[in-house]
Amino acid sequence: MAKYTVKIEVRFKPGVLDPQGETIKHALFNLGYDNVESVKTGKLFWVELESNTVENAIQTVRQLADKLLANPVIEDFEVVSRK
Amino acid sequence: MKFGVVIFPGSNCDFDSYQAIKTTAVGDVCYLWHGSTSLNGCNVIILPGGFSYGDYLRSGAIARFSPIMHAVVDFAKKGGLVIGICNGFQVLLEVGLLVGAMRKNLGMRFVCKDVYLKVENNRTRFTRKCPDGKALRMPIAHAEGNYFTDEETLKMLHDENRIVFRYCDKKGDINPENNPNGALENIAGIINKEGNVLGMMPHPERACERILGSEDGRFIFESIVAERVE
Repeated sequence: MAKYTVKIEVRFKPGVLDPQGETIKHALFNLGYDNVESVKTGKLFWVELESNTVENAIQTVRQLADKLLANPVIEDFEVVSRK
Repeated sequence: MKFGVVIFPGSNCDFDSYQAIKTTAVGDVCYLWHGSTSLNGCNVIILPGGFSYGDYLRSGAIARFSPIMHAVVDFAKKGGLVIGICNGFQVLLEVGLLVGAMRKNLGMRFVCKDVYLKVENNRTRFTRKCPDGKALRMPIAHAEGNYFTDEETLKMLHDENRIVFRYCDKKGDINPENNPNGALENIAGIINKEGNVLGMMPHPERACERILGSEDGRFIFESIVAERVE
């Protein structure tokens, strides 16, 4: 068994309005960044776990992301890095 | 009828719901702790408003895994009556008893005010005492009530007449100005296909006494115990 850290990015699906992103975009516009076309927010999770292989670690994290970390109705997730 | 009000860590409308059952005298009422696995013989389950588990991750996302939710899901699948109010609605979406999801309010504000609701379907187990054409007045108080679902699901909700409440003006007209949170098509409440699980963002339990500004919430609780009228 070894210790792994798996990083997961959760973000809104394309076409789902992100009110936080819209508000931040508006604030940026007021700061003079009038060339900013879009801002999207998301969530990052760093999950540390014990596993026998990196593949199993990633599989476990995919499962728990699907079950809890992301809401599949409005969000997608992606494993973005590991070590 | 015996009502059971579930208490999650962070629920804060549990006592309001309990009190509404007492005030309207529609039945007996008891509390159900989230860690319990029994519904204690209740015929109607209320998932109350509040901030279960601090709204961490997403509102309702962690509460859905509470031990009592297994019992609530079993109960609902067997036809038991479940009403989720505000955070309770969010929990019902997360656990999959209702379709769709909540986003943060458009404009990012926590909105706390009285609204009017058009009853789009007053033939449900939860609305059959609502008078035809009357816009109900009751409060909302939430930061994540911006209802969303994909187009296919929305069409299904339409086809099956499952959109129960929409935000409207005093006269019952639906327009963008009366949408307090950006919810798709002003949707404020929906029901499941079988008609025994209702979710709504507004708070009928806070509108059962004249001193509170409205008694329109009574229609909901009185509908639940009313004889079926077809």
